[in-house]
Amino acid sequence: MTQTRRQFVGHGLAVAAAFFGLPHLASAAQVEEALNAFTGGADMADDGITLIAPEIAENGNTVPIEVSAPGAEAIMLLAAGNPQADVCTFNFGPAAGSSAASTRIRLAGEQEVIAIARMPDGSFKQARQNVRVTIGGCGG
Amino acid sequence: MTNKVLLGSVSAAIFAVAAAGIGLADIRTGASLVINGEIPIVTETEPPEFLQDVFPEIYSGWVFRTDETRAMEEDDFDNPGMLYVEQGIEAFNTVMGTEGNSCASCHDAPESLANVRPTYPQWDEAHGEVQTVEMQIIECQTERMGAEPYGYDSQQMRNMASLIASVGRGQPVNVAIDGPAAETWEAGREIYYTQFGQLEMSCADCHERNYGNLIRADHLSQGQINGFPTYRLKNANVNSVHNRFRGCIRDTRGETFAVGSPEFIALELYVASRGNGLSVEGPSVRN
Amino acid sequence: MAENVTPRVRVPRDATVGEVVSVRTLISHQMESGQRRGSDGELIPRSIINRFTCEFNGTSVVDVTIEPSVSTNPYFQFDATVNESGTFAFTWYDDDGSVYTDSAEITVA
Ligand code: HEC
Ligand code: HEC
Repeated sequence: MTQTRRQFVGHGLAVAAAFFGLPHLASAAQVEEALNAFTGGADMADDGITLIAPEIAENGNTVPIEVSAPGAEAIMLLAAGNPQADVCTFNFGPAAGSSAASTRIRLAGEQEVIAIARMPDGSFKQARQNVRVTIGGCGG
Repeated sequence: MTNKVLLGSVSAAIFAVAAAGIGLADIRTGASLVINGEIPIVTETEPPEFLQDVFPEIYSGWVFRTDETRAMEEDDFDNPGMLYVEQGIEAFNTVMGTEGNSCASCHDAPESLANVRPTYPQWDEAHGEVQTVEMQIIECQTERMGAEPYGYDSQQMRNMASLIASVGRGQPVNVAIDGPAAETWEAGREIYYTQFGQLEMSCADCHERNYGNLIRADHLSQGQINGFPTYRLKNANVNSVHNRFRGCIRDTRGETFAVGSPEFIALELYVASRGNGLSVEGPSVRN
Repeated sequence: MAENVTPRVRVPRDATVGEVVSVRTLISHQMESGQRRGSDGELIPRSIINRFTCEFNGTSVVDVTIEPSVSTNPYFQFDATVNESGTFAFTWYDDDGSVYTDSAEITVA
């Protein structure tokens, strides 16, 4: 019985590996580096930015993410547990109707998704959310 | 004796009851799916007669998915499966084969095939066999177009099958199981209740006795095929019925049948009939 | 050029002056991460859309830099302010040098 359980778990890891190659997961240092490249190490406020991600994602291959930071000129998304932490950066132009965007991203496993907004005055704001990932179980 | 014991312990290891108490409590019924605000989809309804003692209700796989996954199916723009439908439309209008025909030469618009997905697999008199949508497409390509047929589970075939499902959305699944199809249906039923693999599990062990429960954190559905082809988040592509069957059997650590095999054709007819009354929903979005 | 790359965009057909409209885009693309191994055990080379831009009458709405963690068939939704009738121009840039474009008209009254 124990063995059966282990086999099922092992299968899940194999599935995760198939998405991303074997997870060379981003190290804390790499996340720090990506953050610093964007903020120059500046302090970040925790308000004025909203990150909407599912608490539980049914499959790490396609996770819907929504981010909004009124007034921001750019918003960067990071996935702290992915092989490469950077996900994408939205640069809002003069014709943008809001500083908000939605996309779909890959998550290698349970991890923290981070959104950082750069404001026109050079300040930064951040929001973080943990996402649990159910790796598509059985059924091929 | 060992078999029984083994099965019991394996099941205990694999299934976790979703909510506290009885698993079925976790099925989030009552939500309604309307695609593009104009195509109402029946996602729960009375079972067909032959299942009335088995299920109180039959459910589309949509019911078992999270809010985020459900939402992707509500609007064609949000449903990436529609990308493959568009590629299907292009192929439908492209001349292929020595006869100089496109599908459109004989079938006009894809909408003329709206009645196909709800009623297939279907008995084909001329060939004396039950045909799936894929077999019918291959038949037109080889017998009427002089064309190289699509592979049964090729990308082109899945695109075309997605197109044909999409124009049938909202119609009730209504496959015939009597008359000349009865024998194939029986064969499919037999396979459905056969235990496969080292785990010795049948389709019914998972999809009839344990729907609503969690299996390795995945929420088990009734294994309906009204939503096929399905766009799966897992491989970000549209997937065929037979490919899904193959994956399910492989997960019992068993030998599986081939895509397009007589066994899977029979199983498809039987599984389709278990969803008689649900709406055609393909290309649906699943995890 | 990557195979079967089809862009899709959706914007409202008309709007009032100064209205904020929602723009949605989706493009069929494998977004090969460069981290995956093929059946032969070799790494499959990275091949992704690395940048996406949207302009309205030549003015930037959004300019997105994209890494391999964006899903297959990249999807973006965002808002634009429209002060006059005109054209949205959408451009996707592929690692292999291909550029895919699409456009959409909007009538503003
Ligand atoms: C030369 C004319 C011709 C062309 C070209 C053709 N078909 Fe057909 N198709 C037919 C005929 C005739 C039937 C009815 C045959 C039957 O009932 O077995 C049919 C039946 C079908 C059906 C089943 C319809 C039903 O109501 O049961 C489907 C699905 C179909 N074709 C798809 C296609 C596709 C997809 C293509 C292009 C790859 C195509 N056909 C090209 C003549 C054509
Ligand atoms: C060990 C348990 C297990 C067995 C045995 C099993 N399946 Fe599944 N099946 C799953 C899981 C888990 C899923 C994914 C979640 C869901 O939709 O139920 C799934 C999904 C499916 C789906 C997709 C449903 C949808 O809405 O897209 C179909 C169809 C299906 N199975 C059919 C079958 C058939 C037919 C058999 C027998 C050959 C079978 N399964 C055997 C576990 C199983």
